Amino acid sequence: MWDYTQNVMDHFMNPRNVGFIEDADGVGEVGSLACGDALTLTFRLDGQGRIADVKFKTFGCASAVASSSVLTEMVRGMTLEEAAKITNQDIVSRLGGLPDQKMHCSVMGQEALEAAINDYYKRKKGMAPTQPRGNIVCTCFGVTDLEIKKVVHENDLTTVEEVTNYCKAGGGCGGCHGRIAELIEEVQGEKVRTEAEKKPIRPVRLTNIQKIQLVQQTINEQIRPALRADGGDIELIDVEGNTVLVALRGMCAQCRLAEFTMKDVVQARLREFVSDDLIVEEQKDTPGASEA
Amino acid sequence: MDSVIYMDNNATTRVADEVVQEMLPYLTEKYGNPSSMHTFGGQVGKKIAEARQRVATLLGCHPEEILFTSCGTESDNTAIKGTLASYPNKRKVVTTRVEHPAVLTTCRDLERHGYSISEIGVDRAGRLDLDELGFRLDDNTAIASVMWANNETGTIFPIDQIAEIVKGRGIVFHTDAVQAVGKIPLNLRESHIDLLSLAGHKLHAPKGVGVLYVRKGTRLSTFMHGGHQEGGKRGGTENVPGIIALGKACELAQQHLEEENTRVRALRDRLQKKILAGCPDCMINGDTRDRLPNTLNVSFEYIEGEAILLMLNKFGICASSGSACTSGALEPSHVLRAMGVPFTAAHGSIRFSLSRYNTQEEVDFVADKLPGVVHRLRELSPFVAT
Repeated sequence: MWDYTQNVMDHFMNPRNVGFIEDADGVGEVGSLACGDALTLTFRLDGQGRIADVKFKTFGCASAVASSSVLTEMVRGMTLEEAAKITNQDIVSRLGGLPDQKMHCSVMGQEALEAAINDYYKRKKGMAPTQPRGNIVCTCFGVTDLEIKKVVHENDLTTVEEVTNYCKAGGGCGGCHGRIAELIEEVQGEKVRTEAEKKPIRPVRLTNIQKIQLVQQTINEQIRPALRADGGDIELIDVEGNTVLVALRGMCAQCRLAEFTMKDVVQARLREFVSDDLIVEEQKDTPGASEA
Repeated sequence: MDSVIYMDNNATTRVADEVVQEMLPYLTEKYGNPSSMHTFGGQVGKKIAEARQRVATLLGCHPEEILFTSCGTESDNTAIKGTLASYPNKRKVVTTRVEHPAVLTTCRDLERHGYSISEIGVDRAGRLDLDELGFRLDDNTAIASVMWANNETGTIFPIDQIAEIVKGRGIVFHTDAVQAVGKIPLNLRESHIDLLSLAGHKLHAPKGVGVLYVRKGTRLSTFMHGGHQEGGKRGGTENVPGIIALGKACELAQQHLEEENTRVRALRDRLQKKILAGCPDCMINGDTRDRLPNTLNVSFEYIEGEAILLMLNKFGICASSGSACTSGALEPSHVLRAMGVPFTAAHGSIRFSLSRYNTQEEVDFVADKLPGVVHRLRELSPFVAT
């Protein structure tokens, strides 16, 4: 049995805004009977361009109904620009979480909203949908490469299984698993590149205070997360001229590779982000302290 | 939840009170090991012999042909892999597309290890294509494994006829009878079945005990090596309380077999009639002429099974569904898909499986609540105009 949150069960048992607006400004339809879930979302705007009324009809399980219901509550009163920013993660957090295998229900909600907004622009403004749909990757469930890249990007997915949970792609015959893995690589690769580009431009001259701040920032953002992933930690003790004094904590403190960590991770990173002439030294705990 | 209306007996059953009473002493004071030389253990061995006899009586076979296992899945694995190991020159298994995963997953795993698997299809009512079966059996086939009755739809296969076809070709025949035993009469002495699996918890014994029937003279390699238990064919200290419980459950099943096919069948038929009358756009899945007396599989168009189950759950009603969402899989039941049930109906399928513990009041309560649930979900469905 699924472990649904109280919020999911509430929205399932007492769904809000069920129905179909006949003279709607935007209509979004996603999913199909064959896929096992489908959602029709309709909205009407008021004079200020805000969503005055929104209704849904959903064929699907409890999490599909709850995702649709909570979404209608979220978008009411929003402008279309605001509504377009809603991600499937926003829907999931409003519900207090969804089981992993049910994430695709929240994605379906987000897609129906997007489709309804596109429909509005197309019908009222004569504009084509803002985004192309992409090429079908998963033929069993009709999921495109753009849709897969979107869920991978917005939910930071790293495995094919996760992608299947979020958008169903790969959940049928499995023939597209290779292509999905490629798409994950593409998106995650881009992410790494963008983050790398974000690295601070090193100032030419630093005051001592600036240098200490930059060292601390680099340790916080660039070094500590990597060490913590292995159960370790690092602490800045002091900066004297070009010598940075740090102490390794947790797993790192007993690690046989500590020397390697100091030189090839800590010093390399600090040199990269702060200054080429930095020397990192480790402050060892006094023997008395470690025996205590 | 105040009271539970349990209509999920093809999933598991309530342990009969008489069964609990029978096994209880073997969990408490009579804890001896049946292999021991002292009387304290020996008395347990005698009780196991009695249980073996009781199982044999229900199946219509000799007690020496009963091998106790831990569950239906172990029995299926032992039957198929044990047979393949006994016939190293034969590399093919013939089975059906609607088997329980205990057989189907086992076969598909064998396929990865170089065996060839033939899966026979079924028609819209879930009936097996016997011509195709005959066509698929060849000299390379070591074993054919065909279930007696389907767990999802209750469809009963003509197993005696199938066994005759398979044996006529000199091939070992196994049947997964987990859903059939205790629900329909069987007499193995007059059949050509070589191997048969059953699971205790489907007939009011506890979970954790099963049986593999092995016809005398059938070649079967040992699957679980160990001590001399079960004639050396299945090592491991016996699940004494479970085996004794299963013996009692088989005795009770024999006594209740007629009730199962009269009173329980009438309850199932009543439920079916009332549902068809009370809910528009629904249909029965499976072979309504040859069906287990306790099983009713019904599809409700335009709505989804998990949603129906959760709403029924609010009334304390326990059933199950072949919908994709209930399992966490993305595709609906492999059985309904093999039958060619449209996806639209497969996603909205609900299985009610009754037992002798169900009453007419319960049936009427379910039939009374169901139309409201179906109507409510259809109001939510984009495929229904309101």
